[in-house]
Amino acid sequence: MAESNNKYYVPDSSPWPLSGSIGLFMIALGAGNFIQQSTDFGQNVLKHQGTGAGYLLLAGALWLIGTLFFWWRDTIKESITGLHEGRLSGSYRQGMIWFIFSEVMFFAAFFGAMFYTRWLIVPWLGGEGSNAMTHELLWPNFQAMWPLTTTPDGRETQAMGAWGLPAINTAILLVSSITLTIAHHALIAGERGKLILFQGITVLLGIFFLFLQVEEYIHAYTEMGLTLNAGIYGSLFFMLTGFHGMHVTMGTIMLLIMFLRILKGHFSKENHFAYEAAAWYWHFVDVVWLFLYVCVYWL
Amino acid sequence: MTATTAEHHDHHDDHHHAPHGLKRWLFSTNHKDIGTLYLWFSFAMFLIGGLLALVIRAELMYPGMQVVDPEFFNQMTTVHGLVMVFGAIMPAFVGLANWMIPLMIGAPDMALPRMNNWSFWILPFAFTILISSVLMSAFGEGNPSAPNFGWTFYAPLSTTYGPASTDLFILSVHMMGISSIMGAINVVVTVFNLRAPGMTMMKMPLFVWTWLITAFLLVAVMPVLAGAVTMMLTDRHFGTSFFSAAGGGDPVLFQHIFWFFGHPEVYIMILPSFGVVSSIIPVFARKQLFGYASMVYATASIALLSFVVWAHHMFTVGMPLAGTLFFMYMTMLISVPTGVKVFNWMATMWRGSMTFELPMKWAIAFVILFTCGGLSGLMLAITPVDFQYHDTYFVVAHFHYVLVSGAVFSIMAAAYYWLPKWSGVMPNKILGELHFWSSLLSVNLLFFPMHFVGLAGMPRRYADYALQFADYNFWISIGAFWFGVSQLIFLVVAILCAMKKGEKAPANPWDAPEEDLEWTVPSPAPFHTFDTPPVIK
Repeated sequence: MAESNNKYYVPDSSPWPLSGSIGLFMIALGAGNFIQQSTDFGQNVLKHQGTGAGYLLLAGALWLIGTLFFWWRDTIKESITGLHEGRLSGSYRQGMIWFIFSEVMFFAAFFGAMFYTRWLIVPWLGGEGSNAMTHELLWPNFQAMWPLTTTPDGRETQAMGAWGLPAINTAILLVSSITLTIAHHALIAGERGKLILFQGITVLLGIFFLFLQVEEYIHAYTEMGLTLNAGIYGSLFFMLTGFHGMHVTMGTIMLLIMFLRILKGHFSKENHFAYEAAAWYWHFVDVVWLFLYVCVYWL
Repeated sequence: MTATTAEHHDHHDDHHHAPHGLKRWLFSTNHKDIGTLYLWFSFAMFLIGGLLALVIRAELMYPGMQVVDPEFFNQMTTVHGLVMVFGAIMPAFVGLANWMIPLMIGAPDMALPRMNNWSFWILPFAFTILISSVLMSAFGEGNPSAPNFGWTFYAPLSTTYGPASTDLFILSVHMMGISSIMGAINVVVTVFNLRAPGMTMMKMPLFVWTWLITAFLLVAVMPVLAGAVTMMLTDRHFGTSFFSAAGGGDPVLFQHIFWFFGHPEVYIMILPSFGVVSSIIPVFARKQLFGYASMVYATASIALLSFVVWAHHMFTVGMPLAGTLFFMYMTMLISVPTGVKVFNWMATMWRGSMTFELPMKWAIAFVILFTCGGLSGLMLAITPVDFQYHDTYFVVAHFHYVLVSGAVFSIMAAAYYWLPKWSGVMPNKILGELHFWSSLLSVNLLFFPMHFVGLAGMPRRYADYALQFADYNFWISIGAFWFGVSQLIFLVVAILCAMKKGEKAPANPWDAPEEDLEWTVPSPAPFHTFDTPPVIK
């Protein structure tokens, strides 16, 4: 708790929250209708319909991005004029920490689904425990195994190995965390050249990771038969790595924006919370990847 | 602990900062205005959700099919539950949090005021999507079905068999989740970061404590719900097999994920009630709360336990014996901290100089009726007995006792307690008494007989029933319409307060002790309060 002479800054009324809600509304309506109209239920086939809804989705996304741009422009102005001192800075920090915690819980849902599948569902379908009759009556030919390369109804796939691309990607993310930390230290030490260099390297490593991840997906889809449609292994594989990839994309965009803001000279030794928040987020996606690598690819 | 700045507030008793017109509400960054928006929104949702419930009760008033067809009936049970949980009760508590937490801890506003407004304004859009599906089902061309799988949206009802509107429902749940998470983060940060000097954690009013713990639960489980509906969406449209055994998944997996969210969610809807009642009872018993620290620890214990009891919703689904036993015992363990709370309220009232103004009436009704609901919950926790009760009206009776005569009654208690502070006028006493007694009698006529028809085997979520249940169901429906009409009395009370019609309220109309900071500011509370934090001794 700060001294009472330090008034807490309460911003004036702002149109951006309402505008952001309108953006989300357009995204929800557009995405709901687009998904509904453009895919065949359970067939994983594009029907090439629902373009109207698709445009609404796109418009909503642009609207939201625009809103956030103006919203954050206001916040950045406040920050540069020194309004973020004291307790408000603490509010932003704590807010970011709890946001990251909520993201952890989002991934926890998918990790939980994976462990439940590996430890319970698949063995039960294979007849373990009191489930001998389930196995006998439903899918007598089903073999319990993990990764589940043959589903009860006979769809086949190959399992993604841990070495090769995934191992390279692990190295990339680990190195990117180090380069980011070097950049952060350079920011605190006021070494601008070093900061720009290592921040740039971090952004490039993020992009490289995403590039390799796309390569891996193409390989999985075209050569391994590993698709979203390939049963629970494919479902878990793509949803876990896919959501992680989306978060890496977000993180890379954040780091890129930080890079641009560094070039514009927005940050000082004392006042660079936005940079720290982006760094925390990057370390968070890094840690999620390590769990993914161990639990999804390796074990 | 004394607020030393009471005279100080007169300087701030001005409105020159208050924006006017539509902009004030649409672009607000003021915790009081946003709180007001939340409260009116939740009351509107309460009336809409009530209307859907009355369609259910109209159909069930007599055996046989009279009013709607079974498909529409299913949509009514589904959307009634969703609207009440996500639209009425949760936003009402967020509204109370917005209004009261800054006032109670001596903060100038919520910690992140713009995000606060965002979390509100998402809700009207999310519910426009959800409710439009009902309107289209009722009046649209070809009557496309609204969500019809029950508020728990179990797979495969919501995946393989879900209507087209399910996809929009999923997106609207995502929006509600975003709103709840942002609202909860705001509460946590406000409580941790903006307490007035001297307001230590263990001096915070219990309403603030219970909301802090509720906010933790929200941040922890709303993302899990988002995960569950995302899996639903990909199972429906992108070929994944999370909830399909043919692909190596399991529909039961959905229930585990859903109830991992769903059981903490139940406490999200009741913990703030505990805080409200713990704030009200000491004031009208004119005694300190019997055991402050034990209330804090009990609330925290309930929250922790709520993460390890989810599968008691699934006893009949089947799980290994060890799992069944674990979840049964953990569930029964919750009655210990809950008992601590109930005994605490009773001990607070014991030998107090009690008076029975409207907030106290609602609070006492809460204690008694919530305990009824808690005890039927204990019955449901016993696995072998649950096999008999599962999916009967006994369950419906149980959760309506804790949610209607529990959560909703506590919200009413809070409204009557704090309306003088919000509006500057006392709520109309005659209408208030009428509202209270009418609600108290009708809510019991409505929900108590459900225990009997449930124990006798009447299943929930059916549009028709066997003839032997006819008499009870008739009176249940009478109770339902009576309860529904009673809430319109509150609408009048609230509108009168909003129009400032009534007896003018002093700053501390209930003679609350001076350490309750919200009563140290004038009534109605000025647009800005505690710009300079009060010093708590």
